[in-house]
Amino acid sequence: MEAGPARTARGAALDRVFEALCFSAATLLLAALGGIIVSLAIGGWPAFARFGFHFFTTATWDPVAEVYGALGAIVGTLVSSTLALLFALPLALGVAVFLVELCPSVLRRPIGTAVELLAGIPSIVYGMWGLFVFAPWFAKHIQMPAMMAAPAGSIWETLTAGVPNGAGILSASAILAIMILPFMAATLRELLMTVPSQVRESAYGLGSTTFEVMRKVSLPYVRTGAIGAVMLGLGRALGETMAVTFIIGNAHGLPTSIFASGSTIASTIANEFAEATGEMHTASLIALGLVLFVITFAVLALARLLIGRQAHA
Amino acid sequence: MIAAPRRLTRTLGNAAFLVFCWAATGVALIALAAILWSLLRQGIGGLDLKVFTESTPAPGSEGGLLNAILGSVMMCALAMAVAVVVGVLAGTWLSEYARTSRYGSVVRFLNDVLLSAPSILVGLFVYEIVVAPLKGFSGYAGAIALALLAVPVITRTTEDVLRLQPVALREASVALGAPVWRTILAVIWKAAQGGMLTGALLAFARISGETAPLLFTSLNNQFLNLNMAQPMANLPVVIFQFALSAYDDWRRLAWTGAMLIAVSVLAVTIIARLLAREPRRS
Amino acid sequence: MIRKLTLAFAAALMLTACGQHAGSNKAATQQGVQLSGAGSTFAGPIYAKWAEAQKAATGLALNYQAIGSGGGIKQIEASTVAFGATDKPLKSEDLDKNGLVQFPTVIGGVVPAANLPGVAPGQIKLTGPLLADIYLGKITKWNDPALAKVNAGLRLPNLPITVVHRSDGSGTTFLFTSYLAAVAPQWASVGASDSVAWPAGQGGKGNDGVAAYVKQTPGSLGYVEYAYAKQNNMTYALLQNADGQFVSPTAANFAAAAANADWSKAPGFYLLLLNQHGATAWPITGATFILMHKQQKDAATGQAVLRFFDWAYANGDAAADALAYVPLPDALKQQVRTSWGQIVGPDGKPIYAGAH
Repeated sequence: MEAGPARTARGAALDRVFEALCFSAATLLLAALGGIIVSLAIGGWPAFARFGFHFFTTATWDPVAEVYGALGAIVGTLVSSTLALLFALPLALGVAVFLVELCPSVLRRPIGTAVELLAGIPSIVYGMWGLFVFAPWFAKHIQMPAMMAAPAGSIWETLTAGVPNGAGILSASAILAIMILPFMAATLRELLMTVPSQVRESAYGLGSTTFEVMRKVSLPYVRTGAIGAVMLGLGRALGETMAVTFIIGNAHGLPTSIFASGSTIASTIANEFAEATGEMHTASLIALGLVLFVITFAVLALARLLIGRQAHA
Repeated sequence: MIAAPRRLTRTLGNAAFLVFCWAATGVALIALAAILWSLLRQGIGGLDLKVFTESTPAPGSEGGLLNAILGSVMMCALAMAVAVVVGVLAGTWLSEYARTSRYGSVVRFLNDVLLSAPSILVGLFVYEIVVAPLKGFSGYAGAIALALLAVPVITRTTEDVLRLQPVALREASVALGAPVWRTILAVIWKAAQGGMLTGALLAFARISGETAPLLFTSLNNQFLNLNMAQPMANLPVVIFQFALSAYDDWRRLAWTGAMLIAVSVLAVTIIARLLAREPRRS
Repeated sequence: MIRKLTLAFAAALMLTACGQHAGSNKAATQQGVQLSGAGSTFAGPIYAKWAEAQKAATGLALNYQAIGSGGGIKQIEASTVAFGATDKPLKSEDLDKNGLVQFPTVIGGVVPAANLPGVAPGQIKLTGPLLADIYLGKITKWNDPALAKVNAGLRLPNLPITVVHRSDGSGTTFLFTSYLAAVAPQWASVGASDSVAWPAGQGGKGNDGVAAYVKQTPGSLGYVEYAYAKQNNMTYALLQNADGQFVSPTAANFAAAAANADWSKAPGFYLLLLNQHGATAWPITGATFILMHKQQKDAATGQAVLRFFDWAYANGDAAADALAYVPLPDALKQQVRTSWGQIVGPDGKPIYAGAH
């Protein structure tokens, strides 16, 4: 490209200054993330040093005996997030298909906006709603009937044992599902819109039903991206704190029934960090934070690999 | 004919699928309606002028949410100021200087990771580097934590919207003799300002509802405090504290606070979306 | 549109900037000093009331955050607050290790509170060993024969017992578990501390979190400081004390438990009032304490803290009575004031000016 009138030295110098400013901003970002990892590793090191690999295999969380094991929190995190995904994925798919294929075009924008609004609601509002509205409803209509219906002394009774106030891992998973539904729906919708219309129309032209077009044409086309969307939803659910802390029951240890209380890594840290006296307690909480970061990082990296840069988290 | 039962299965399967899709959307809409309905019903009951003029009360006394609202506004404003500067510059760098470089893709990837990182870990980090060494909870620490959460959003949206600008725009500016920095500032940014504003609004919507990072950084404050070097009250932590209590008047205030946050976040989100669709003025 | 938004944003920033200017000026004047303290939810209600009263009377603003006794201890050790509040007193070795001074402020009681439809407050009776069994998960229903034996004549419903405990580091937990450890040998497997590995039940955050949980769940049982049970009209239980009597949680009975305490011999005022003898003594009584650094980094802050509690000792008894806390006896208050002489400023000189 032919240069225009000679650029002044001042212009060139300011160019360098500006580029340096932008570069330092970007590097600051990098440094912040690096700082988080480093400070978590340093803070959590005493716990890893003391407990070693057992930190990941023990479920005991005993501040009196100073024995800390991450297994209960890790299991709680993974179980609640996976359950949330199981509930949310079919619904998200349904919403996405609805918006792409079935919705009357007049309603498309309002319903799409409404689903996005669900994404915008802050997590503390979800937590409050979950505790004061959802939990009593859940206790009355799902938990109590299940507990009453279980014959005494059978395995069903053990499986449905639990506090009849609607708090527990299952309720927390339901709230998480509602929280991640909009993200996954929006991403799946954008993905489905990338399917070339000629491909879809040819399928319709051959006499396929909507279901068959979805199943055999659209979804396989966006399969990688769809898995990425799933991972993104999972990543969001893993890190959720406030919505879960309200309604999960805050019990350490492994869950023994479907209505059991539990805890996640995020809820444990939120509950206990400000008051953890004792070096090992604080170090164990920070070590938990590092574990959460590693899990989330892995899930996000996988999502990124699969989905490229299309999706918004 | 053999075709008939097969056709029936296909039709039925399709019908079931369509019903499912309608139902799924119904579930999502019902959930949204239920949440908004609870918020409005419980929150409006406690909404009166006192909420905006008095500070948070001791249990059993009357009061409002003034200190929490002001504290949140101040911390978010400071966080946004920092985040916009850092985020826009970083996004500009990614779009204008590092579209294809290796380092650029690393920064891009890590930005996405920070975007989705659990916010409580950010709070933990800021506690370790700001609160503990400086020996005090403060509004500044809270603002830093919020800024760390807002920067990735702004970086991401800025980069996306700058990339959308046609190359011809840049070429025209350089052809007229403008230095690169002038091109970016006066031409590209100007052209993309709608999108960048949308990004800023989305970032604001995100951080105004965040609770976890403020738990260990700004703590909370019973009284009105405008000094950011001291612990500051903020809406999300106050709601957390009041909602989990057993006092009825605290719970009512918690619902009102939750309604205020939800309404403002939703309003900002809607404004951002509307701005994104506004036709560009020439 | 963009212009309006920018204007709004600029306004918010200006508010922030003005706030800093006003704040730094305020800190200079003693009247407007803002103190921060954190810790015990056990004492939360009374400190909040005292703070409100003092703000109105003298302009001294105390920002007290009830994050649990564990939090109070941790934050004062990290010096992020001016004082920490805890119901779990520190032993003198720990005080010396961290350069801390400890003194009591009020006395209160921990009561078991339940949500039992059809049962009025003070109707149900419990003993220490029964409480231990419930919290160990051994007794799981309200109409268990062991409970019925102690509550002859009261029809207990056929509800499962939902055990509620604290999910955060709590002095109330310390008092409750120390009591159980003292009276029930089967509790030895769990131990006594501000944070234990609970064998059963769900966790609530803070005394108010436990109260909220119990209020919401029929058939639940939790332990809270009496002010919470009183303010929320919860069904509290009578407990059998060391003399075998079933007593109710009243300020008079808390005072009875504290009557024979000899504070003058306790280093750092470390004294537990659990399971005391006396016909009307409430078994789970305890004082709540304040922790401060022996050497204050800023004399003005230290003086403000001492002024706050001085005022509270002089004028706060009525508020304490209203919430069913027991104010300290005058002799003890004098002893505490004397002990404040050991708190020095950065120059080594005592910061407390003397009795009011």
